[in-house]
Amino acid sequence: MQQEAMMRESQPGQAAARYRQSSAIRQLWETNLEVFQRDKMALFGLCIFAIFALVALFAPQIAPNDPLTPLKNNEGDWIKDALPYWLAKPGEDEAEGYSNTFLLGTTNIGRDIFSQLIHGSRSALLVGFSAAAAVAVIGTVIGLLAGYYGGWIDTILMRAADVAFGIPFIPFIIVISAFFDPSIWNVVIAMAMLLWRDTGRVIRSQVLVIKEQAFVSAARVSGASDLRIIFVYIAPSILPLSFLYGSFAIAWAILTEASVSFLGFSDPETISWGFMLQDAFNSLALSRDAFYWIVPPGLCIMLTVMAGFFIGRGYEEVLFPRLRRM
Amino acid sequence: MNRGVVYYILGRFLQSLMVLWIIVTILFLLFRLAPSNPLASYIDTTFTKEQEAALLARFGLDKPLGEQYVIYLLNLLKLDLGETFSYAGKSVLDILRADLPNTIYLTLSSLLVAYGVGVLGGILMAALRGSLFERVGTTFTLMTRAAPTFWVGMLLLTFFAFQWKLLPSSGIGPALVRYRWETEWDKLMSPVFWRHMILPTFTLAVYLHGLPLLLMRSNMLEVLDQDYVTMSRLAGYSERRVMIQTAARNAMLPVLTALTLGIGYSIGGNVVIEHVFSWPGLGRTLVRAVQQADYPLAQGAFFLIALIIVFMNFIADILYSLLDPRVGASAQAQVS
Repeated sequence: MQQEAMMRESQPGQAAARYRQSSAIRQLWETNLEVFQRDKMALFGLCIFAIFALVALFAPQIAPNDPLTPLKNNEGDWIKDALPYWLAKPGEDEAEGYSNTFLLGTTNIGRDIFSQLIHGSRSALLVGFSAAAAVAVIGTVIGLLAGYYGGWIDTILMRAADVAFGIPFIPFIIVISAFFDPSIWNVVIAMAMLLWRDTGRVIRSQVLVIKEQAFVSAARVSGASDLRIIFVYIAPSILPLSFLYGSFAIAWAILTEASVSFLGFSDPETISWGFMLQDAFNSLALSRDAFYWIVPPGLCIMLTVMAGFFIGRGYEEVLFPRLRRM
Repeated sequence: MNRGVVYYILGRFLQSLMVLWIIVTILFLLFRLAPSNPLASYIDTTFTKEQEAALLARFGLDKPLGEQYVIYLLNLLKLDLGETFSYAGKSVLDILRADLPNTIYLTLSSLLVAYGVGVLGGILMAALRGSLFERVGTTFTLMTRAAPTFWVGMLLLTFFAFQWKLLPSSGIGPALVRYRWETEWDKLMSPVFWRHMILPTFTLAVYLHGLPLLLMRSNMLEVLDQDYVTMSRLAGYSERRVMIQTAARNAMLPVLTALTLGIGYSIGGNVVIEHVFSWPGLGRTLVRAVQQADYPLAQGAFFLIALIIVFMNFIADILYSLLDPRVGASAQAQVS
């Protein structure tokens, strides 16, 4: 009898919770739409990513040459340090024995810079998006668990965040990259191990607020398990925050990958923009004013990083309206 | 200062020590993951097995892992960071002691420039909100945060050092000049040293000024809405006085906390810039040590950078709690 009464009592609670849950998912979708409708810069960022994604997808079709193979002219000599065709003096290249079709010239050992630039978009996007996904997922789960359970789980997880905050980021990634076989995944793993700290802390404090709300107690009264409450009821409300930190993490990941490759800790068989800049730096392109070699990779890094910033700011302006005052 | 605050600081300090201990342990285990023999750079192919064993014993690498760990911790307490593999006869501490000041000079000078420009720029952006200037300025600042610092450094090098030959491209001074610097003071008094510092400082400041500028701008916008700002406007103070004396002073506090955190993190992040400008600091030593498999040196440099970061995080925490009365109160509640 008593049990039956309890069950009957729990019905409205469960219905309310279910309603709240479906509306939470709809809200999540609406928040995402709102970000890109309201903020033109966020939409611009999305477009930049879309264009680079297309370039990365069709890199072999777009790039005129293989990015790693040094090119030879008709006489079998390496085409070293060729200027872009729009900078070369007319007739000069024919004298050298090749027809110049290089949009951005060649490197000091005769690799096509434009083809490297096209292929570089692959590692940038791959690292950017996978590291951001890893950071957002780990940070969100840790934030949810710490905020919901509190107590010793919270203490341990937040002390772990303190440790992650104390480990110098770039040095850590350098050491990890040097100790394992060179691969872009080192950067992703090292970033995932450290950068969840910001996301985790912010989401934890948000969960502390949300778990006091009525729909969470309703779900608890109606017998939902802890994990169900965390991932089905609370998670949808904090996911926009994860997207916010995820967008910024894309930007940090691309910048970090570039720095690590620039320092020479990346796989020399994988072309990335940071690797191109390292190549240019080490072969003294600076003193030869080879702007056609130095400028394009940096601009590409800047554009993709800005895209991440723009999207992140778009979320910020929707989630924290006080920043919106302009 | 009341007792609650003292307890809070003490608690935070113990927590920081704990964090440092865990980081040191991670560091110890991390360097045991190194793929090659830690003495690879030392051991010649002509070495006999006995010679190899003797060398391992000399560095204590023949002992069990647990014992190595205890020795490592005890040595750290004595600030004994071991011997380097690649610089004969020098201890890790000797090398780091020479590097640390250079890193600190570079970090502090760039933060000074960045926060000066950032705070003033933030006030200006808030005062001019909605104008074309503000939109262009904010976008420019976002661009400087998105541009890789080493690339900005490369571009500045190309123009200022190679094309126009205005400034030196690398290092802290020619060997002949460095030879005459007997103390840090001599170095700091030398115009040559400062000339070498201009480009790396400026490069770092280009990147670092973004955070204080954006922070200051949004704090100003928030403060300008407060009643006391409206009051001083109504009291007839000039707009400039309201902006600077009333609003800016209050909007500065979070920027100061960010600066404290910034010191720690820029020392860790300077690695790439020190590499570009061959600046003989902690970061460049770390990169070289990792490349040359000089593990004691790499470990020492890493430890020192982590130590600075943890310490600055601790200071920022304290500063934050002293500046924000609410944190102080909750800290008291937590302790009592």
